[in-house]
Amino acid sequence: MRRRWNFSLWAGFFLVVIGLVSYVPFFALFPTTRDFPWVNLLLFVAGGTLLVSGLRRAYREPQIYRGKILGPILAVLSLAGIGFFGYGLFYVARQLPSSTAAPRVGQKAPEFTLLDQNGKPVALADLLSSPPSGAPSARANGVLLIFYRGFW
Amino acid sequence: MRSFQQHLSEFDARAIHVVAISVDEPDVNRRHRQKLGFTYTFLSDPKAEAIRRYDLLHAGGGPNGADIARPAEFLIDSSGTIRWVNLTESVTVRARPAQVLKVIDDLKVASPAGK
Repeated sequence: MRRRWNFSLWAGFFLVVIGLVSYVPFFALFPTTRDFPWVNLLLFVAGGTLLVSGLRRAYREPQIYRGKILGPILAVLSLAGIGFFGYGLFYVARQLPSSTAAPRVGQKAPEFTLLDQNGKPVALADLLSSPPSGAPSARANGVLLIFYRGFW
Repeated sequence: MRSFQQHLSEFDARAIHVVAISVDEPDVNRRHRQKLGFTYTFLSDPKAEAIRRYDLLHAGGGPNGADIARPAEFLIDSSGTIRWVNLTESVTVRARPAQVLKVIDDLKVASPAGK
């Protein structure tokens, strides 16, 4: 008799892969799913559960279900992928300099003059002396500086 | 940074400039800004002068060991004084616009009516 296709193994592996590839292009776009990757972790849990049940089938009922060879391969690939994801997000992403000498609340903000996107020099003092376009007042109330890693 | 664009009118209403700073060159910023539809100012600090002055240099943090800025946000009031600082511990966790708007209103740096 031809053995049955082990659906759980493939479905589990598929969910783990979706969990791995969806973070950067999609879930990282929204703060609620980026700050802590709970959707991706849920996908890993669901995928892992399916993989385990697929493996149990493959080994307990090998006369009915396939997957004794492919099952462990998919499981190991999934574990490696999840490990890599966790390492990147919970270790590499946290390797930031401590910035202990960064200016503190109450201090004067260090002055700078840098080129804007059109190549025009802009100083912090310039920003503080004129409001953003679209502001209802004739003066600026402040500046929010967002330092970021860059897009290269 | 997308989320700050989505909430930009609320910063405009408070007469607060939103300014992004990185080591990227001006033409990279111009293209990036156009592509993603950002309208706030992007400043270019390729030699990391301002980035160093704010002690935000992440030496070798970029591709091929390039020096870049670590993510951080500073709120500066009209007198040039720093009123709020956010030094994140993870590159994936950033300040959110609603959080910064609340700080602006609570510290009376500006009011929603632009005063």
